[in-house]
Amino acid sequence: MRIALFITCFNDMMFPRTGRAVTELLERLGHTVEFPQGQTCCGQMHFNTGYRPETLPMVRRFAEVFAGYDAVVTPSGSCAGMVRDHHRVVAAELGDSALTEAVERVVPTVYELSELLVDVLDVTDVGAHFPHRVTYHPTCHSLRMLRVGDRPLRLLRAVQGIDLVELPAAESCCGFGGTFALKNADVSNAMLADKMRHVLDTGAEYLCAGDNSCLTHIGGGLSRLRTGVGTMHLAEILASTEGNVR
Amino acid sequence: MSGADNVVWLGTPPFPEAARAALADTRLRANLRRATGTIRDRRLAVTAELDDWEDLRDTAAAVKRRTLRHLDRHLLRLEETVTAAGGTVHWAADAAEANAIVTRLVQATGESEIVKVKSMTTQEIGLNEALAEAGIRAYETDLAELIVQLDGDRPSHILVPAIHRGRSEIREIFRRQMGKWGRPAPEGLTDDPRDLAEAARLHLREKFLRAKVAVSGANFAAADTGTVVVVESEGNGRMCLTLPETLITVMGIEKVLPSFADLDVFLRLLPRSSTGERMNPYTSLWTGVTEGDGPQDFHLVLLDNGRTATLADEVGRQALSCIRCSACLNVCPVYERTGGHAYGSVYPGPIGAVLTPQLVGVENAASLPFASTLCGACYDACPVKIDIPEVLVHLRAKAVEAKRRDRLLPTPEAFAMKAAGVVLSSPRRLAAVQRLAALGARLVARDGWIGVLPGPFARWSGTRDTPAPARESLRAWWRRTREAGRTTTEGKGR
Repeated sequence: MRIALFITCFNDMMFPRTGRAVTELLERLGHTVEFPQGQTCCGQMHFNTGYRPETLPMVRRFAEVFAGYDAVVTPSGSCAGMVRDHHRVVAAELGDSALTEAVERVVPTVYELSELLVDVLDVTDVGAHFPHRVTYHPTCHSLRMLRVGDRPLRLLRAVQGIDLVELPAAESCCGFGGTFALKNADVSNAMLADKMRHVLDTGAEYLCAGDNSCLTHIGGGLSRLRTGVGTMHLAEILASTEGNVR
Repeated sequence: MSGADNVVWLGTPPFPEAARAALADTRLRANLRRATGTIRDRRLAVTAELDDWEDLRDTAAAVKRRTLRHLDRHLLRLEETVTAAGGTVHWAADAAEANAIVTRLVQATGESEIVKVKSMTTQEIGLNEALAEAGIRAYETDLAELIVQLDGDRPSHILVPAIHRGRSEIREIFRRQMGKWGRPAPEGLTDDPRDLAEAARLHLREKFLRAKVAVSGANFAAADTGTVVVVESEGNGRMCLTLPETLITVMGIEKVLPSFADLDVFLRLLPRSSTGERMNPYTSLWTGVTEGDGPQDFHLVLLDNGRTATLADEVGRQALSCIRCSACLNVCPVYERTGGHAYGSVYPGPIGAVLTPQLVGVENAASLPFASTLCGACYDACPVKIDIPEVLVHLRAKAVEAKRRDRLLPTPEAFAMKAAGVVLSSPRRLAAVQRLAALGARLVARDGWIGVLPGPFARWSGTRDTPAPARESLRAWWRRTREAGRTTTEGKGR
């Protein structure tokens, strides 16, 4: 399958190792991965903060750059949710019919990583090996916008050597919320404190999630408190093998 | 007095500031966590009991959406049927009109005291204050409303207005205030819930037996029969609805349902969503007046107060489907930590964050659409499937538009968004910024983490480290390792 990687602007700059993991993983499974250099951002930050006209160029660019692939994969539930739920809103409100058509063509090909693996590539055991105690946080947008359900957990359970422990109150929001963490920093902190307490209660070495933005927020808190608990994107655990544990 | 003066409490700071004060109150947070947690678990348990719960939600959502599309027709029908049943219908465009109507009706009875139940809509219009100006004293009879009134406080939850108060606080309020409003609290009052309820019962009974006039809200009204419905738990509502001679109901126009048969779905959805009960203890239905039984004079005040303006917004109008169950408040991680007062409105929590700005104009409550992480828990809990996150981002866009229109831009935020937009619309510019950021990060990061950040990120970096941007972006890595010596037609590197 010819799969385009939409790395997202945030991962591109902050977490290129996640994109490398997605690439290795999909190539290991026998697929062709391409990285369209024209890609930039899904526009979520602008859209969710109320700056819709500023979102339009990004929507246009996305539909252009990612047209024509068998599938587009992104290691971010929240960016996948933005494309799937909101690109057509922006196109309808501010674009033209050509853009709407382009968006309608590309949107059905866009998948979050666990969706692509389980639903499209029909694989749950990706041959990974990760001998560590891990707990999984189902990020809000994966959970409630994309409805990925237990797909990430099924993938994680099939990883060799993993000690997967349940996260208490897993479905509570971590308090990141994009610009919410800046606009409502105090509420965000209070939510983060509870999330960190639950993570620490599990005794896990790593907190895993399908979105590096939530992990940056929780991981940043865990780092500040010198807890020693690391954060790792789902893709990186799935890409790990016996000879190459990340 | 305009609607905005009441729906939004004047002098309340924007949400982030009000939230900061609330977060500092550890007792408040403990009360909220306990109360919302309990109701949340109960709701999950009783909704899971029904196989057709999702069908019920779909049906209710469809009925509400359809009713709103033809609201004018259903309201005229309601006026007809209520009038035919011996009631009188009044139309109020805003708070001032509604207050004037109710004041006039009470004055016509010659009474100077009234009892009240289901008071949220009258809180919205500031009725108690308006009546007080006319020398009429209004007594709240719902236990939680009573606690709020005695303390000179404001409701902080749709269903449990005194959710922010613990048992011992309530005992203190009763001991200190009850005497000023009527029968004092008994000697040696403990904070045992039974004791507190008994004190309230004795205090309120005197009011019920004396009252000649009652003012109520309404949960629903059926247009085809003219039947008005109040759903409650304590029976105090039933006392208000049956004992007085005159009953005045103030109802938002969105509460109408086309037919009596529609109540079926809503009376099953509401108690499970709100209190986590299979059925609420008291459901009172009345149709006009019945000779020799109940109030002999019935008035229905139909209140607009920003609702038709809300109806005009195709995305935002779904907020009018709300049946005030409070399920969204109980699951909201933001509400759980700040409580209702931080929202500065009669309608707090996620539904308040979308309803209030629409009722009063988004520029008068501009911080509320941003008081959410968009986690979506509210949408999943809503029995009538209001897509609250969708309305929130819709209203955020309107809040920004309003600022543009009023030339309040550029703010630092708008400037940053514009700059980010310029960078993010070009892969070349984005790559350049990535290289710069990686360079800058190397100067300030320690072990891959950055500690304190300046400007708008200062509050973020107070409690979190920030990972340093990578030395090599994925884009650069790909070019270096995958495309060296190859040409690509993929993507346009503008």
